[in-house]
Amino acid sequence: MKPARKQRLLVVVFIVVIAALVVGLLSYALRENINLFYTPSQIAAGEAPSNTQIRVGGMVVVDSLQRAADSLDSSFLVSDGSATLLIHYSGILPDLFAEDEAAVATGALGDDGAFVAQQVLAKHDEEYTPPEVADAMQQAIDKKAKASSAKAAGDALNKTKSKALDSTEAGY
Amino acid sequence: MWQWFHKLGSPRWFYQISGKFLPWLAVACVVLIATGVVWGLAFAPQDARQGNSFRIIYIHVPASFLALAGYYVMAAAGAVGMIWKMKLADMVMVAAAPLGAALTFIALFTGAVWGKPTWGTYWIWDARITSMLVLLFLYIGIIALSRSFSTRETSARACAILALVGTVNIPIIYKSVDWWYTLHQPATIKLSGAPSMHPDMFKPLLVMILGFYCFYALVLLLNTRTEILLRERRTTWVKELAEGK
Repeated sequence: MKPARKQRLLVVVFIVVIAALVVGLLSYALRENINLFYTPSQIAAGEAPSNTQIRVGGMVVVDSLQRAADSLDSSFLVSDGSATLLIHYSGILPDLFAEDEAAVATGALGDDGAFVAQQVLAKHDEEYTPPEVADAMQQAIDKKAKASSAKAAGDALNKTKSKALDSTEAGY
Repeated sequence: MWQWFHKLGSPRWFYQISGKFLPWLAVACVVLIATGVVWGLAFAPQDARQGNSFRIIYIHVPASFLALAGYYVMAAAGAVGMIWKMKLADMVMVAAAPLGAALTFIALFTGAVWGKPTWGTYWIWDARITSMLVLLFLYIGIIALSRSFSTRETSARACAILALVGTVNIPIIYKSVDWWYTLHQPATIKLSGAPSMHPDMFKPLLVMILGFYCFYALVLLLNTRTEILLRERRTTWVKELAEGK
């Protein structure tokens, strides 16, 4: 390679390295601010500012969603595995909002420690499954749960009874 | 090898060779995209939770793939043009910018259309979507920069520098969903391991991605050929071509 070209190659490498360094340091400095939402654990640890608008995200806890009978008010718990947070919301929840799925809520922390949301968004995961496969998977999970509960109660059951249960399940 | 490399740098030689690839690329592009669209929209099963709205993935993901890969094509062309002072590389860089901008726009637009029924909002300033918007501005910036200098050499140099600086954004877009909490879900198609998608849904997506690669190559060649004719219009070979000799 000619010296002139070599020098220009170095210039190119220099530009890319410096740009990467600048952006890398910037995003490192802003790493907390780039996150779209706080997790329930961060809020429990007091990392989130109070009295200002923030977002919180997590999995909606199973059987925690409660809807008011005469208004659009609803409340549910979100969890990140180690902490949970109660969220109050008044409005229409997105179609894909569901228990055991992730959601992101925008709002502010109240004095009682609960979160009052102005907007709730459903966060979709990266899984894509046809309905039949999803049904089959759900059935497998149910079957497993049934089998384990049947096992726990196995002492009380006689052999013929549990065999009958197995054969009805296999018929799904 | 170097001889071949320098030959490739000749716009006339490139124009002749690329002309032979065009029909094949066009056929592959039409066949793959037509197959992918019919397969994906009519025959792939619907998603258990999203229903039919998930089908936008067959445009969204291939367009995003090529918007990102196309940026590297543009930046690499810019680097080659800067180091070897190769005219053809500058032409490829200028040809790649509007194509990349269009694909980025398609990715953002289809994402917004999908976001409303799925998330409940058209737009959110999360790391993935914001960095994708930055990519659109980079492409637009390069288009604007390429037209704002009187001399070709200065404009090529300025565009190449901006393109090289912007390469930092590509890994950020790609990894944003892993590095930070975002509303956008992580990648369905993974470099290592199986895709988290049913094979019946994944196969048409793969066909669409291949189709979009062919589409990208086809449009890039066409754009570059136009740029060649435009810049070499005073040479004898272009004049002869125009006269139909």
